[in-house]
Amino acid sequence: MQSLSRSHPRGRQRTGGVGFDVAEDLPVVRARGLTKQYDGVAVVRGIDLCVERGQCFGLLGPNGAGKTTTIKMILGQSPLSGGDLRVFGQRMPAHGRTLRARIGVVPQLDNLDPDFTVAENLRVYGSFFGLAEAVLTQRIHTLLAFVGLADRGHTKITSLSGGMMRRLTIARALVNDPELLVFDEPTTGLDPQARHMIWARLRDLKAQGKTLLLTTHYMEEAERLCDNLVIMDAGRVLTEGPPLRLIKQFVEPHVFEVYAATEEIKSALGGLGACRTEQVDNTLYCYAREPGAVNELLRSRSALRFLHRPADLEDVFLRITGRDLRE
Amino acid sequence: MNSHWDLRLPYVRRAALAVWRRNVLVWRKLIGPSLLINFGEPLLYLLGLGLGLGSFVGQMSGLPYLTFLASGIVASSAMNTATFEGMYSVYTRMVPQRTYESMLATPIDVDDIIAGEMLWCATKSTISGSAILLVAALLGAVHNSAAILAIPVTFLVGLCFAGPAIAMSAFSKSYDFFNYYFTLIITPMFILCGVFYPIQTLPQALQAAVQFLPLTHAVALIRPLVAGQTVATPLVHLSVLAGYAGLGYYLSVVLVRRRLIV
Repeated sequence: MQSLSRSHPRGRQRTGGVGFDVAEDLPVVRARGLTKQYDGVAVVRGIDLCVERGQCFGLLGPNGAGKTTTIKMILGQSPLSGGDLRVFGQRMPAHGRTLRARIGVVPQLDNLDPDFTVAENLRVYGSFFGLAEAVLTQRIHTLLAFVGLADRGHTKITSLSGGMMRRLTIARALVNDPELLVFDEPTTGLDPQARHMIWARLRDLKAQGKTLLLTTHYMEEAERLCDNLVIMDAGRVLTEGPPLRLIKQFVEPHVFEVYAATEEIKSALGGLGACRTEQVDNTLYCYAREPGAVNELLRSRSALRFLHRPADLEDVFLRITGRDLRE
Repeated sequence: MNSHWDLRLPYVRRAALAVWRRNVLVWRKLIGPSLLINFGEPLLYLLGLGLGLGSFVGQMSGLPYLTFLASGIVASSAMNTATFEGMYSVYTRMVPQRTYESMLATPIDVDDIIAGEMLWCATKSTISGSAILLVAALLGAVHNSAAILAIPVTFLVGLCFAGPAIAMSAFSKSYDFFNYYFTLIITPMFILCGVFYPIQTLPQALQAAVQFLPLTHAVALIRPLVAGQTVATPLVHLSVLAGYAGLGYYLSVVLVRRRLIV
C-alpha cells in the first residue's frame, strides 16, 4: 500500500497557537446517547461508542441488534433521532460529504457496479471522490494486487465468485486511501479460504495504521481481529471491552460440551459442585474454573461424547444476549 | 420506512458530473444497439407516417406533413427518452442494482446523484433528438440551418421530463407502476400536445388544458425552429420547460432522500 502517511488536511487542524495536534488525540468515532427510531419504534436506544485511532473496533450483536443502523448513522446515511455523533471530531450527518472522503465502506451486501469490469469499478468509484486519473491508475494497480485480483482487472463483475466480489469491495473501499474503514459483516457467506484471506488483509490494514470498525456475528472473527468491542442487543450496548477481558469477566475459562447427556451424568456433575451447567437443546454446557474433576468424571463414561475447549467470545455473547432465536 | 422528510433545497455541484460520466461510460459500451434504436425508430415513424400518411395529408399548418411530423417527433422523442431513462434505468440503479447506495458511501449526495441523472437523461434526449433531425434532413424535411437550434431545446426538454420520471422511480415499488405513468401522463401528451396535428383543432377547453402540459411547449419551440419560422413566445415556452425541470429536480431529490436516507 502506498502513501499511508498522506496528510489529510482536515485531520491536521490545530488549535490557535498551541501547536499540538488535536485531531490525533480525538477518537475517530464518538457517540453519546445515539438514538434511532423508525416510525416511533426505537432501533438504537441511546448507545455510547468510542473508537480510538488505529484500533480495530467490533460492533457485535444478533440480528436486529441495531448494528447496521448504527453504521449508517456513522456514515451520515441516516439522520439521528437523538444523541450526539462525531466522526473525526466533527458532527455527523452535518459534515457527511467531507467526512466520507476520509472513510472507506464495505457494505453488508455487495453493491459493485455490474455494468463495469473489475478495474472500471475502482476507477468509477474513485471518480466519486474527485480523484485524478493518474492517481487512480497507480492506486488501482496497487489495490488489485493487495486483494489478489491483479490479473482480473478486465473481468466482468458477473463472473466473479462471492469471495472475489468481497475482495474487490474491500479494494474499492481503499480507493480514497481512507483513515477509517467500516466493514459491515465482511465475511458473511464466504468459504473458509476467503475468510482467512480477508482477515489477513484486515490485519494488514490495521498494521498500516488504519482505524477499523466492523460489525459481525461471527465471534471468532471478533476475537481474532478486535482490540475492543461492544456487544449490542435490541438497540442497547450490553457490555464493552477487549475480547479477552470480556471472556475472563463473563465466563469460566473451561467449557465442556456434553452431547446427549443422561440424567445420571447431570446429577453426577451437579454432585461434583465444580461447574456451572446449562442444558441447551440436546447439549449440556459445563463451565468450570478448574477442569480436572469434570474432565475425570466425563472420561470415566466411555460411551459419552464430549468436547473440552477454552471459553471464547461466543460463550460471552450467548451468556449476555441469551439463546433465544432471532428472526 | 421512516417518516423523515428532508425538504432542504438541493445544491447542484460539480460532483454531479461524476455521476453523469458513469452513465456515459456505460452507454459507450452499448453504443451500437443504442444508436440503432436512436436512428431506427424515427426512421420508421418518418417513413411510415411522414411519407405514407403524408402523401394523403399533404400540408399541415402550412408545412409539408413530413416536416410537421418530424419536428413533433423530435420533441416527443426527447420526452420519451428522458422518461424511459428516468424511470427504468434510474429505478434499476436505485433499487435492484443499489448503485446509489454505493455512491452515497462517497462524498456524493442525493443532490448530486439526481442532478447527474437529470443531465444524463437530457443528454440522451439530445442524442435521440439529433438523430431524428438528421434522419429528417436526409429525407428532405429540413431546409434551413437554424434547425440546429432545436438541439439545445431537446436538452431542456430532457431535463423537463427527467425530474418527474425520477420522482416516479423514487415513489415506485416495482417496474409495473411505470405503466400508470405512461398510460395516464406520457401517452396523452404524445397524442394531444401537437405532435401529429395542430392543437388548434382540439376543442377549446382541451386547448386551454394542454397549455399546462410541457410537451405542448416543447413542440411550440421546436417546430418553428425546424421549419425555419420565428417562435411566437419563446420565453413563455422556455420558462414552462425550465419550471418543470426545476420543480422536478426538487421533487425527485426530496423523494429519493426519503427513500434512501432513512
